[in-house]
Amino acid sequence: MPRRLPVLVVAGIIGLAAVVLLPLLSPSLVTLLALILAKGIVVLGIIILLQAGQVSFGHAMFFGAGAYAVAFYGRYVGTGDMLLYLLFGAVSGGVLGLVVGLFVVRYREIFFGMLNLAFSMVLWSLLEKMFHYTNGADGIRVARPTIAGMAFTPEGFSYALLYLTFAIAVAALFIVQRYLESPLGHMLRAIKSNETRLEYLGVSARRVLLVGYVVSAVLGGLGGSLVAAIQQIATPEFAYWTKSGEFVFIAILGGAGHALGAFAGATVFEFVRFYASAQLADAWQMILGGVLIVIILLAPAGLIGLLARRRGAEPPRAA
Amino acid sequence: MNATIAVLAALDGISYAALVFLVSVGLSLIFGVMRIVNVAHGSLYAYGAYAAATIGLAVAPISPWLTYPGLLIAAIGVGAVIGGFLERFLLRLVYGRDEALQLLITFAVFMILDNLQRVIWGVQPIFAAVPLQLLPNISVLGVGYTSYQTLLLPGVAILTLVGLRYFLRRTLAGAVILAVTEDREAATAIGIDPHRVFLTTFILGAILAALGGALASPTTSLLPGIGTDMIVLSFAVAATAGLGQIEGAAVAALMIGLARALAIYTYPEFEVLVPYLIMVVVLLLRPQGLFGTARMRRI
Repeated sequence: MPRRLPVLVVAGIIGLAAVVLLPLLSPSLVTLLALILAKGIVVLGIIILLQAGQVSFGHAMFFGAGAYAVAFYGRYVGTGDMLLYLLFGAVSGGVLGLVVGLFVVRYREIFFGMLNLAFSMVLWSLLEKMFHYTNGADGIRVARPTIAGMAFTPEGFSYALLYLTFAIAVAALFIVQRYLESPLGHMLRAIKSNETRLEYLGVSARRVLLVGYVVSAVLGGLGGSLVAAIQQIATPEFAYWTKSGEFVFIAILGGAGHALGAFAGATVFEFVRFYASAQLADAWQMILGGVLIVIILLAPAGLIGLLARRRGAEPPRAA
Repeated sequence: MNATIAVLAALDGISYAALVFLVSVGLSLIFGVMRIVNVAHGSLYAYGAYAAATIGLAVAPISPWLTYPGLLIAAIGVGAVIGGFLERFLLRLVYGRDEALQLLITFAVFMILDNLQRVIWGVQPIFAAVPLQLLPNISVLGVGYTSYQTLLLPGVAILTLVGLRYFLRRTLAGAVILAVTEDREAATAIGIDPHRVFLTTFILGAILAALGGALASPTTSLLPGIGTDMIVLSFAVAATAGLGQIEGAAVAALMIGLARALAIYTYPEFEVLVPYLIMVVVLLLRPQGLFGTARMRRI
């Protein structure tokens, strides 16, 4: 992984400008942008695991856990504060990640993917069938919380939430990028290239992967609680396997070579979905599928890879 | 729980297991030979079901008995056309690439097929129970049940199991497939074309998925999402058995089918949970599945 890509810094600045300026131009984009950023935070977690060559086809369980942490709080305790919700979402994602992680980090490749899928489907069926607590497939509505003690109008809330999400996304982006460039991050990549050699160095590959797994679960929980607040609902769909597939999709689309890929991928994904579903009512999924195939065949390093290649920089490695 | 319910649960479980077996053995076969997990496998199940229903509704006015060949034609047609196209024009481009990319390309296919399915057949439920109603009901230990589900479905499943075993162990084409599975390089060296083997295998697996769907179509209403649910379920069965295990898939399907049916009659809220719970427990204890053999650690 290249240490610094100026072009990526430029892309980051463009992203910043977009988040600050676009909503002022078109209020309808506020929710869309917040959603992009929140999903990008989740996809950061997928990118972490992709460094180790592991594909989690069950990451939606942490996303769902974060969302339902918020929903349950609202339902059983009362409407709280957004910052509290975020803490709650991150902790529930992290705790679940630690418990599941202790099991799954013993496995690699297809077994890793399968176990993740199985755990996530267990959570999904519980959310779907424990009607008494979860309202089943209808999900739980999430009332508008205060943010840092301040109450907002519906419109003001969506702006405040966007900027809050943006702040978290930027922080997460830098932390994850630093993590990936740290010795721990390099060890994570060594799991992909040669795990046995890593162990000969006296490093526990399981522990390295567990750290990555818990970090990615925390990000999933954070993203889930943000999306629950943005869409004001949590449904079992949040934890369904197609959601997990969507996150992996976004990671490959954006490119797993750099943390910024998560947000590049989420931007394209959500914009295609938003505009395609508005223009071609029932074809957005087909279009996205087509985009994904083209990316896999022609640009396996994702959008970030394309960007880096154009500038003649060392291309980030494919997932 | 009284005896009637126990018999009912057993019959439900067996007929359900027969369908799940057909789908998951196809998934398992494809993985065993090609090392690809086909996420679009559930879509093939759904297309088989919808195609069978469409053909069935079209030919039923002529003679209801024509719906039976209709089931078979739907399965083979869907499997050969969609399966063949996928392998030849998509999967072939990603062999040897990163596992994540192979998995994801089938996910892309799933998204496209899922969308297309809603465009072609809409979102209203479709009923095509003619083949089910044609056969008489029979009584099993005093419990009335359709013979379509108690005899025909398990019969087809057993026939498939025996046929697959015979094909792979006793015929030349089967031996060629096994050779490529065991050692692709050596097989290529003695003049086997692995691409042809992959194409055959993928079409065979796809036909099995579509057959499962076609046979399921008379027993249930067709809705968007049947394929989405089936893929994870067949995945649970294949993984519980051990990916690539054919006889194992039959045992695992029976196990999961019966457990699920039992749950429906005792704790209905756990119905969907049961297959995944079994999968988690089995994978935790034996990651290679109940019948899989442990692989050497990669060095």
